[in-house]
Amino acid sequence: MSILVNKDSKVIVQGVTGSEGQFHSVQMLEYGTNIVAGVTPGKGGQSTLDGKVPVFNSVEDAVKDTYADTSIIFVPPPFAAEAIIEASYAGISLVVCITEGVPVHDMLKAKKIISQNGTRLIGPNCPGIITVDECKLGIMPGFICKKGNIGVISKSGTLTYEAIDQLVNVGLGQTTAIGIGGDPIIGTTMRDCLELFESDSETDGVVIIGEIGGQMEIEAARWAKANMSKPIVGFIAGQTAPPGRRMGHAGAIVSGGDDTADAKMRILKECGIAVAESVADIGQKMKNEMN
Amino acid sequence: MKVHEYQGKEIFQKYGIPTPKGIPAFSVEEALKAYDKLESNIVVVKAQIHAGGRGKGGGVKLAHNRDDVKSLASDILGMKLVTHQTGPNGKEVQRLLIESGADISREFYAAITLDRSKEMDVFMVSKEGGVEIEKVAAETPEKIVKVWIDPLVGLKSFQVRKLSYGLGLEGNAFKEACSIFKKMYECYQSTDASLLEVNPLIETNDKQIIALDSKFNFDGNALFRQKDIYEMRDLSEEDEMEVEAGSYNLNYIKLDGNVGCMVNGAGLAMATMDIIKLAGGDPANFLDVGGTASAETVKNGFRIILSDDNVKAVLINIFGGIVRCDRVANGVVQAVKELGLEVPVVVRLEGTNAEEAQDILNSSGVSIIPAKGMKDAAEKVVSAAINL
Repeated sequence: MSILVNKDSKVIVQGVTGSEGQFHSVQMLEYGTNIVAGVTPGKGGQSTLDGKVPVFNSVEDAVKDTYADTSIIFVPPPFAAEAIIEASYAGISLVVCITEGVPVHDMLKAKKIISQNGTRLIGPNCPGIITVDECKLGIMPGFICKKGNIGVISKSGTLTYEAIDQLVNVGLGQTTAIGIGGDPIIGTTMRDCLELFESDSETDGVVIIGEIGGQMEIEAARWAKANMSKPIVGFIAGQTAPPGRRMGHAGAIVSGGDDTADAKMRILKECGIAVAESVADIGQKMKNEMN
Repeated sequence: MKVHEYQGKEIFQKYGIPTPKGIPAFSVEEALKAYDKLESNIVVVKAQIHAGGRGKGGGVKLAHNRDDVKSLASDILGMKLVTHQTGPNGKEVQRLLIESGADISREFYAAITLDRSKEMDVFMVSKEGGVEIEKVAAETPEKIVKVWIDPLVGLKSFQVRKLSYGLGLEGNAFKEACSIFKKMYECYQSTDASLLEVNPLIETNDKQIIALDSKFNFDGNALFRQKDIYEMRDLSEEDEMEVEAGSYNLNYIKLDGNVGCMVNGAGLAMATMDIIKLAGGDPANFLDVGGTASAETVKNGFRIILSDDNVKAVLINIFGGIVRCDRVANGVVQAVKELGLEVPVVVRLEGTNAEEAQDILNSSGVSIIPAKGMKDAAEKVVSAAINL
């Protein structure tokens, strides 16, 4: 099992001929991801990645020819939301948008449209998703992962790697790790991912890594309290962040109320989640929960 | 990105949102010229800084004649205005807005912003204008009327009517408010704002609706298509080093502690600040060097961190994914040599080629304190800062 992606996922890369798209497509192919097509308007008919992957002018054309069901987007910010909408109307069921810097107003519209079409989106501004040893759909270093029974959900890229590394160091592997992104409006939420991991037979525990800003961690925790049977370890970054300042991620800003790190940690604890006060304790906490 | 009140009102005028007549002034002479031009018995002299609470801090005053304007403008220009949003050091006032006085009958609050949980923009109004809306929201939430805007449909007439009824408006004022609310949303949308706030929005004694204040936040991600807005940016309102860091594509925020840190990734950077605090230290900054930590970025990062005299030790924490740690290590060695660093530097490198990186640091001859894991790194840098 695992969630959302596996070795059978048929993947297209939107923005495949750009420098980011090229670089990461090579890495994904090396990991074993089943990339069946690329999309760059105006370059249809060509092939890329040493001639291994055909390029199409539109997602629609690519889907017709390859029956792709999954897309990853490396399109520049001004065009990223439209790329999401294009994938959605072409019948792609899972879209991963890596692009950082997508305008919020664009995302509001895109999110509404994909919800109506029943498309699942991960990101934007995220490292992507990896199902260990099967499919890497993103920019994370695949080699740090080890196959196992822990799911990882995180708003942050390098903090995801940190958590994975700590898990491996205490002898715990992962099923799937998802970077959901640090923007104010994102496709798949922390709660959505918890639901998926709860019903995944191979996942026995979940690490959630949140940060200041928004209510997503709290919604996830409240859902987990009522519905989750598997143990969860939580960490919230930004205990020392000053209010009113955007800490890198567009969504990481304390604007008052329950969106501080302290408030989130308190509510996570109230919901029965094992909270790591220090980032260095994430792995060990999970190990304790699994014993 | 933020703009000054007078710039916000210029934007309002483009969208047909009524404001009092006003003229910005950068000097006392300009303030007097503005007064002569306005031909108003009473004018308001308003300090223009990017922070709220200006009135309470003494930055907004009524002037009844030309002499008043002269003395108030001299007092306010150059003053360090301290409000609850500026921090204890305040902000120096460099610009004024000279504005015709308004004949206020009632004060309202009106704002549009993003509701992240509902994934829609929310339009809020309240009869409790002119005061801190946070207080109203906390104590009497029923006094705030809200409508949520479907991004695919926009703000509809029944919604603006709900807002105007919510303010208890009638007759001409009701009609005007409905029209102004629609214009506010158009303005919010077209300028890629993430907050548009009017506090107070007033009803005058002759039943006009006027925006007496303006406050905007703009989505930094959308500035590429908002050239007019971007040109309004006032760099003197921002921290000098933060602006410089931005020019190197580094994301830096200055804090009050003495342990500098340089990290790749925003989440890991925040977690690094947090663990420094847990180890008994205080972070001097947030610094995300992004996904490409090259020798050049490391060097620029050092420069920015060390421009803060409080910094007594620096922690470099890089989790190499696509970034190769050996390259980062080379960058660190090079930067330490070139900049002749005098503060202790603790380096923690994990991920791609971490072992090669360790060898490079060990054999470099520069004095770098290597660390394994985040806890070790934090403890080492904090004790280095204390022992210096």
